[in-house]
Amino acid sequence: MATLTQSAPTDQERRAHEMGMHQEQLTGRTQQVFFDIDLNEPHHGFSLPDSFDVDFNKRGEIDASNMEATQVNSRIREMMSEGYGSIVLKNPAAKHSMAVGILNRLNLIVEGSLGYFGCGLIDGPNIRINGRVGWSCGENMMSGTILIEKNAGSQFGAAIRGGDLVCKGDVGSRTGIDMKGGNIIVGGDTGSFTGFMMQRGRMVICGNAGKNLGDSMYDGTIYLGGEPKSLGVDAVWADMTDLDREWLGKKLTKYDVMPKGGIDSFRKIVAGKQLWNYDNLEPTEKKLVL
Amino acid sequence: MCGIAGVIHRGKAVGVGQEMTAMLQSLKHRGPDSTGFAVYGVSKPDEYVMRLKLAEAEDFDTDYNILDKIRDRQALVDNRLAELGAKTIEVEQPTPYAFRYRLQFSGDTKQLATDLEHIDGGEVLSFGHSLELIKDLGDATVVSEQYGLDDFKGTHGIGHTRMATESDVDIRSAHPYWAYPYNDISVVHNGQITNYWIMRREMERLGHRFMSDCDSELLAVYTANNLEQGATLEDSLKSSIKEIDGVFTYIVATNKELGMAKDTMAAKPMVLYESDDLVALASEEVAIRAIVPREIDTSDPYDEEVRVWQR
Repeated sequence: MATLTQSAPTDQERRAHEMGMHQEQLTGRTQQVFFDIDLNEPHHGFSLPDSFDVDFNKRGEIDASNMEATQVNSRIREMMSEGYGSIVLKNPAAKHSMAVGILNRLNLIVEGSLGYFGCGLIDGPNIRINGRVGWSCGENMMSGTILIEKNAGSQFGAAIRGGDLVCKGDVGSRTGIDMKGGNIIVGGDTGSFTGFMMQRGRMVICGNAGKNLGDSMYDGTIYLGGEPKSLGVDAVWADMTDLDREWLGKKLTKYDVMPKGGIDSFRKIVAGKQLWNYDNLEPTEKKLVL
Repeated sequence: MCGIAGVIHRGKAVGVGQEMTAMLQSLKHRGPDSTGFAVYGVSKPDEYVMRLKLAEAEDFDTDYNILDKIRDRQALVDNRLAELGAKTIEVEQPTPYAFRYRLQFSGDTKQLATDLEHIDGGEVLSFGHSLELIKDLGDATVVSEQYGLDDFKGTHGIGHTRMATESDVDIRSAHPYWAYPYNDISVVHNGQITNYWIMRREMERLGHRFMSDCDSELLAVYTANNLEQGATLEDSLKSSIKEIDGVFTYIVATNKELGMAKDTMAAKPMVLYESDDLVALASEEVAIRAIVPREIDTSDPYDEEVRVWQR
């Protein structure tokens, strides 16, 4: 079971806790960058060498009606290179693999629904999707925000490493499979095997979860507002702390999602660590800790 | 990976052939080997429609005399129909090997289908008052054009684009499968059934026939067996989740219903759109968008979920 101090957490503890790493002591920066535009930080440390200098007030549109996904993705990149910091993508018509590989700060608004593999491999943008997304949305996301107004398919946030991935509706099975960081927030229900082999990060489910919740999870934290059909192997209930409630309040208020019973209805699930054999940090983290 | 789709209109017949073509064409990337349709027209209680094939498309590459053989086989079909007391109203031949018969018949339809399948190369693809089952090699537009599906009016239909993984690329292994010998029942499937041989032997012991080695055919035979025992479509779908092993999502259609089931792992996709007058479901949302282009709310059925809709 996770061990959290009940007294006021130090900055170090808070940071480790926010990463879903309850036991490792971290020093310095890690590979995970918590890019959060609402924190009003002057600089987020986000500066990939080839990122474009964009102006959020420069706004453009893309009509995807007669475009292939690769054309849409190339056009987004082209517009970012021209300094557009806000792009509206119209008529996506649930096509696959759109808005992928964006390694830049950008406000992207999708007016409609995306198909499979939408917004995968991103590092930095804030994306709002007015419709729904298909399977594997946000796969391998490194940082940024994805906010989905309707439902999402399975493998939501597979192998995510950072950022906030939020779905206001219901999501399918295997949500957050193999996630290694970041936050997945679900306003409704999730399917079976949610959090399967989760390694780090946090998942918030305001509704109910399917069978085998948190199966074979190594670490990380799942907050559940409703009921699970069953817990998976080596997933165990843990005590909620003030820090948990504070963090949930901050995040859920920000994205305007909340279970019917409010913050107090959340319960916490962590790894029992009976199967746990994952004691290697990311190479960069290991160097810093040592 | 295969693509499956289905659509059902409540209370009206529309161009369901065109709709299924559009849906399946948008799923072409999930399976380019073959495409199949099971579409349901306006039912005529005093008349049967039979879809039959008398050779495989590949026979034309290997058998120089195949046209003569098909002609002889068709003569045998006509003889046997006459012997069984079936009155042929009309015969169409959309391809050299595929036939559509309109019949009047009051005898045992299982006997009729069995007798016709004893003819070399013969396979009854479908039999019923409203079901028309069409399947062939190629994508949806190719098959649809070949069989004139654009003009087909009906209430509902299901379809399949196949990427062959467990069996050959031929019409025999293409979907949909008719739930022989039950009139007007068809099945499409996306997945792999891991207890196929155990279940197949069990079905064969009960007297059911298999025309292919494709694991999807098991679902059609299994459904037929359950209905024979008096189960409803919903009962059959629910029991399949417990009795069939593997990863699967499948759709079954009868002359008045459309149903779906998803396995315990939810490993195969399905997206669902429901409105007051239309239900559309498919492996990917792009297929639904092909017939409902406006912004809509869709959802994914969960694991072990079974749904049935009436027309």
